[in-house]
Amino acid sequence: MESTAPAIEVRDLFKRFGALEVLKGVSLTARQGDVIAIIGGSGSGKSTFLRCINMLELPSAGSVTIHGEAIDLKKDGHHGLRPANRKQIERIRSQLAMVFQSFNLWQHMTVLQNVIEVPIHVLGMKRDEAVGIAETLLHRVGLFEKQDAYPAFLSGGQQQRAAIARALAVQPLAMLFDEPTSALDPELVGEVLGVIGDLAREQRTMILVTHEMKFAREVASHVIFLHNGIIEEQGPPDQVFDDPKSERLKKFISSIN
Amino acid sequence: MPAYVPPPPRRLLEPHRIFLIALFGAIVFCAVWFLRWDWLEKYQWKLLHGIWETLFLLFSTAGAGFILAVLLGLVQVTGPKPLAMIARGFCTLIRGTPLLLQLWLLYYGLGSVFAQYPEIRHSMFWPYLRQAWPYGFTALMLSFAAYEGEVMRGAFAGVPRGELEAARAFGMSRFTTFRRIWLPRAIYRALPTLSGETVLQLKSTPLVATITVVDVYAIISRVRQDTYLTYEPLLLLALIYMCLTGILVLLFRMLENRIPSRGA
Ligand SMILES: Nc1ncnc2c1ncn2[C@@H]1O[C@H](COP(=O)(O)OP(=O)(O)OP(=O)(O)O)[C@@H](O)[C@H]1O
Ligand SMILES: [Mg+2]
Repeated sequence: MESTAPAIEVRDLFKRFGALEVLKGVSLTARQGDVIAIIGGSGSGKSTFLRCINMLELPSAGSVTIHGEAIDLKKDGHHGLRPANRKQIERIRSQLAMVFQSFNLWQHMTVLQNVIEVPIHVLGMKRDEAVGIAETLLHRVGLFEKQDAYPAFLSGGQQQRAAIARALAVQPLAMLFDEPTSALDPELVGEVLGVIGDLAREQRTMILVTHEMKFAREVASHVIFLHNGIIEEQGPPDQVFDDPKSERLKKFISSIN
Repeated sequence: MPAYVPPPPRRLLEPHRIFLIALFGAIVFCAVWFLRWDWLEKYQWKLLHGIWETLFLLFSTAGAGFILAVLLGLVQVTGPKPLAMIARGFCTLIRGTPLLLQLWLLYYGLGSVFAQYPEIRHSMFWPYLRQAWPYGFTALMLSFAAYEGEVMRGAFAGVPRGELEAARAFGMSRFTTFRRIWLPRAIYRALPTLSGETVLQLKSTPLVATITVVDVYAIISRVRQDTYLTYEPLLLLALIYMCLTGILVLLFRMLENRIPSRGA
């Protein structure tokens, strides 16, 4: 049972900010090895959905199950939900690594310190072991030489690659990317997509919010088009991009190209 | 467009520097040659003890005050409204009144109130409460806390939300986030201000001489009374404070340079 449980399973997720209903019943299943791309216009709720998966935003209704374990939520008395068990959420978060649009590296730590921080202080790993893993990962994202640099001295592309190494260091069950290349200068986008593409080809489970349609088509196993808080259309990339059914998706795709 | 020409590197012996060095040398020469320094030998140990007392007062009040400042700053940023208002009120009150007044209110005011209560006079704390330094320590500590509390409030609030969010997203508990990310990040932001405030704190310490605490300033006053000299002891006092300030600034600069920053 455990081995066949999907990595991430979201059921009927609703989220409202005050009067604004941002998500209106979104479901998603990511089995291990799935690369799910979420596309959609600005304000369609992509980030909010991603942030509900690791409870950075608390859903108003619905359920999130990670590797067969449902996140415990209880009613908060204001038509919303709140965590029933903080420890559980912290443990689950440490298995879902997130990569942000604005990198969010810790500026008072070097690249290496950023990468070993969570393994040591959240997962309780020994320092030597964490450093060993971190050095391998930094090699892999091409930042081994920059490991002692502070983030402020790196280019955006280098910072995002460091952030990806930080995410990989927790040996995550699944990775969540929120527009990882949107804050980058065009000439730096390629190096970051290269790293993410390699991860996707290794069949790492990931959910990727992106505006890079070509890239989504290349690496995704499944594409979801979000519009106004509902899944307007979804399917394999070829189908979604070459043969869109809904008018809105057609318009969205032609507006991008 | 003309090519950028970097300015020539500054040399140690530029004309204006030579002039300043010569001027300084002349002053030192005059001071040594024309003024009386024979009292130095007699008072040297007292002076050293006074310097020690001043430094102890500085570091203990700045240390304890800083811990209080972290709490004051944190409460103002995250605390429930009433607590935040109390903290803000405390900072405003202390910053809005002279330190000398606070010191005297504590020593002459609170000190004499304490003396009226037999319970306090017979308690184990009385031997301390009878002395002057607890009041000097408290006044200096509260003052540092109030100024630094304001700085820490800004520093805490100024840590980018995204970095705290990243900590949360990776499963850090609130306490770990505070200890590993929020607090150190805020302290590094506050360091340049902290450096200046600590120097100001050093220069506030002589106020305690007014309530009979014997710091380096009090020693120098003693020298002046005993020897009827005016300039020599005061010049030496100025030199001592300048050296202490220089050392403090250097120490802070070393701390700041541990984490190079670019721009912000
Ligand atoms: N914390 C919040 N409080 C109030 N409203 C919010 C909050 N976060 C998001 N929203 C609103 O929810 C809607 C969806 O936002 P979201 O960031 O999920 O969109 P998005 O699809 O990621 O857009 P983009 O492509 O611009 O990143 C927007 O209208 C936004 O203004
Ligand atoms: Mg977004």
